[in-house]
Amino acid sequence: MSAVRMPTPAPTVTLAHGGGGRAMRGLIEKIILPAFHNPLLATLEDQARLSLAELAALGDRLAFTTDTYVVTPIEFPGGDIGKLAVCGTVNDLAVCGARPLFLSCGLVLEEGLSLEVLTTIVNSMGRAAREAGVAVVTGDTKVVERGAADRVFINTAGIGVLPPRVNMAATRAEPGDAVIVNGPVGDHGIAILLARNELALAGEVWSDCQPLHGLIDAMRAACPDIHCLRDATRGGIATVLNEFAVASRVGIRLREAAVPLNDIVRGACELLGLDPLYLANEGKLIAVVPMAHADAVVAAMRAHPAGREAAIIGEVCAQHAGNVILGTKFGGDRVVDMLVGEQLPRIC
Amino acid sequence: MRFTDEFRDPDKARTLVGEIARLAAPLAAMRERPLQIMEVCGGHTHTIFRYGLKSMLPQDSIEFVHGPGCPVCVLPMGRVDDCVALARDPHIILTTFGDAMRVPGSQGSLLQAKADGADVRMVYSPLDALQLARAHPEREVVFFALGFETTMPSTALTVLQARREGIRNFSLFCNHITIVPTLKALLDSADLRLDGFIGPGHVSMVIGNRPYDFIAKAYGKPLVVAGFEPLDLLQSLWMVIKQLAEGRCEIENQYTRIVPEDGNQQALAALTEVFELREFFEWRGLGSIDHSGVRMRREFAAFDAERKFAVPNLAVADPKSCQCGEVLKGLIKPQQCKVFGTACTPDKPLGALMVSSEGACAAYYQYGRIDVKDRQPRAQGVS
Repeated sequence: MSAVRMPTPAPTVTLAHGGGGRAMRGLIEKIILPAFHNPLLATLEDQARLSLAELAALGDRLAFTTDTYVVTPIEFPGGDIGKLAVCGTVNDLAVCGARPLFLSCGLVLEEGLSLEVLTTIVNSMGRAAREAGVAVVTGDTKVVERGAADRVFINTAGIGVLPPRVNMAATRAEPGDAVIVNGPVGDHGIAILLARNELALAGEVWSDCQPLHGLIDAMRAACPDIHCLRDATRGGIATVLNEFAVASRVGIRLREAAVPLNDIVRGACELLGLDPLYLANEGKLIAVVPMAHADAVVAAMRAHPAGREAAIIGEVCAQHAGNVILGTKFGGDRVVDMLVGEQLPRIC
Repeated sequence: MRFTDEFRDPDKARTLVGEIARLAAPLAAMRERPLQIMEVCGGHTHTIFRYGLKSMLPQDSIEFVHGPGCPVCVLPMGRVDDCVALARDPHIILTTFGDAMRVPGSQGSLLQAKADGADVRMVYSPLDALQLARAHPEREVVFFALGFETTMPSTALTVLQARREGIRNFSLFCNHITIVPTLKALLDSADLRLDGFIGPGHVSMVIGNRPYDFIAKAYGKPLVVAGFEPLDLLQSLWMVIKQLAEGRCEIENQYTRIVPEDGNQQALAALTEVFELREFFEWRGLGSIDHSGVRMRREFAAFDAERKFAVPNLAVADPKSCQCGEVLKGLIKPQQCKVFGTACTPDKPLGALMVSSEGACAAYYQYGRIDVKDRQPRAQGVS
């Protein structure tokens, strides 16, 4: 009689990993600390203690933000939920001109998540943090029963320091300003859509998930007085442009032909009836700059890896205050409104 | 991109617009009003707004009247309520196309029913719904079928497939409608003053061009069946206006690359096998129209949710303030409606035409407000 060989089950997250006891300690020491290793986290106190003097040397205001990531699937071409959780929060700090410094990491894990997947995600966070020059200095882990969450949700809060006199705001767009984007729009939205495999469509498109603070430094060097800057995530560039138009009480005229768009994204939009202006991005920003500096800003962006396909896509105008008007390639004009409802749930 | 860019060439568009303007000006001058051309199909309405065609055409001589050809828009609230009632049955998995999920009934939409715990699933084809029925033999899968002849063949073929396989837990809640009786009802209304029609391309792909003959013969209006790219629409508009200029009135086909003169015989055979005309059907905004809806034939009772389940068959009157009917007849423009943009918005639609992105009011709201010269700038949380 030969022994029946049962396959060893892959190690998974259990409720004990969130219980505060030995299993949780093991998870932190084996998976989380090595991924994020830095002296502030290694003390394993309940909070990170940050030197005020060191912060004050870098600027005169703190920038503080938080975001929660629930994307499905958790791994997709061009990134995963871990990379997204770092880049998204870094970008929320960077777009006000702040230098991103510290992140927190709150993990909500579903019972049964494979430890291998968790390790991959956490390592991806660590790698993205190192690349962005930020440290994950405090964190929390909770485990919920199977079905109470979908594999893993991540919250990151971030702290950055804002140098004196930097004042970019949605209210500052002025007639005559140029509107700039740093590259093709909609890649993240379509990458996620295709990765879900619900549509029997395939195509090579990668999420643009990337940190933007380096690019923003280069832009500010080319033009110290950027009027508005925002990253275009959920709701796409259409949403950011509408926010600028409303807050600044100006009109914005876009030229459809000038908006960079990858062929696969364009093709998928044609097939599915989606508008790329509303698709989510995770590494795209919209800048409004004085026209006199526009060419210099675009040149500086194109010299940076995150802005190689930067382009001027429109102008701010006094007419149509509060509205975004698109000059279509076909020759007509139409309004680009705020998104109604949701184009795609759980995109980030 | 090949096969799309050819139909969006701005130079060709300019040439066509020039020709249209030249032909239309004297006709409009004679009538002392712009020519009123109805694009019947919601897909055409969408193209007109998405590409900004209205802004390219001379406003004083051409006016588009946006027709009733958006099946999601014209679905009466009572039918949505029936559907929500079906969805609340814990044995039922209710399946439908994405844009039908947002349609509001008097008790909320399917999307809200889903949030409240109903098992409502979005599918891309009725075959996906049939696949769900195969995968869940212990549940009842109901497909919320709606649309004109464009979507009827795929529904009919799915039912035939289910019968072939002996699948017993699949049924349709049939809300398919047919456009021709509704066009006739519009033409019969006393206050209508349309000059011509741009005919629906995808419906005609199934039914062909002949069902429209009465529009030219009995009502003396030209109709051109059109494709959905912006150049298709401009060319079709030019063909309609050319007929008017030459004093002709005929049924013409611009969409010859897709629409055969006699339609698609196989598709028509499947429709006839599965469906029969209802005596009348309620249209949101237009009221009851004779022979404008279809139901499943008695032989397919086992696949008919209306026979299989206790569908409450609710009748809900359209909101009183809603002027969808007048918009559909071209009597008023969407923004002239009393509730446009105030009580009725795409987020909270009151009337049929605000519901789907193919509805005229939703299109005006989303793309067209640039035309409203006296519009106040929006103030959203910014003082």
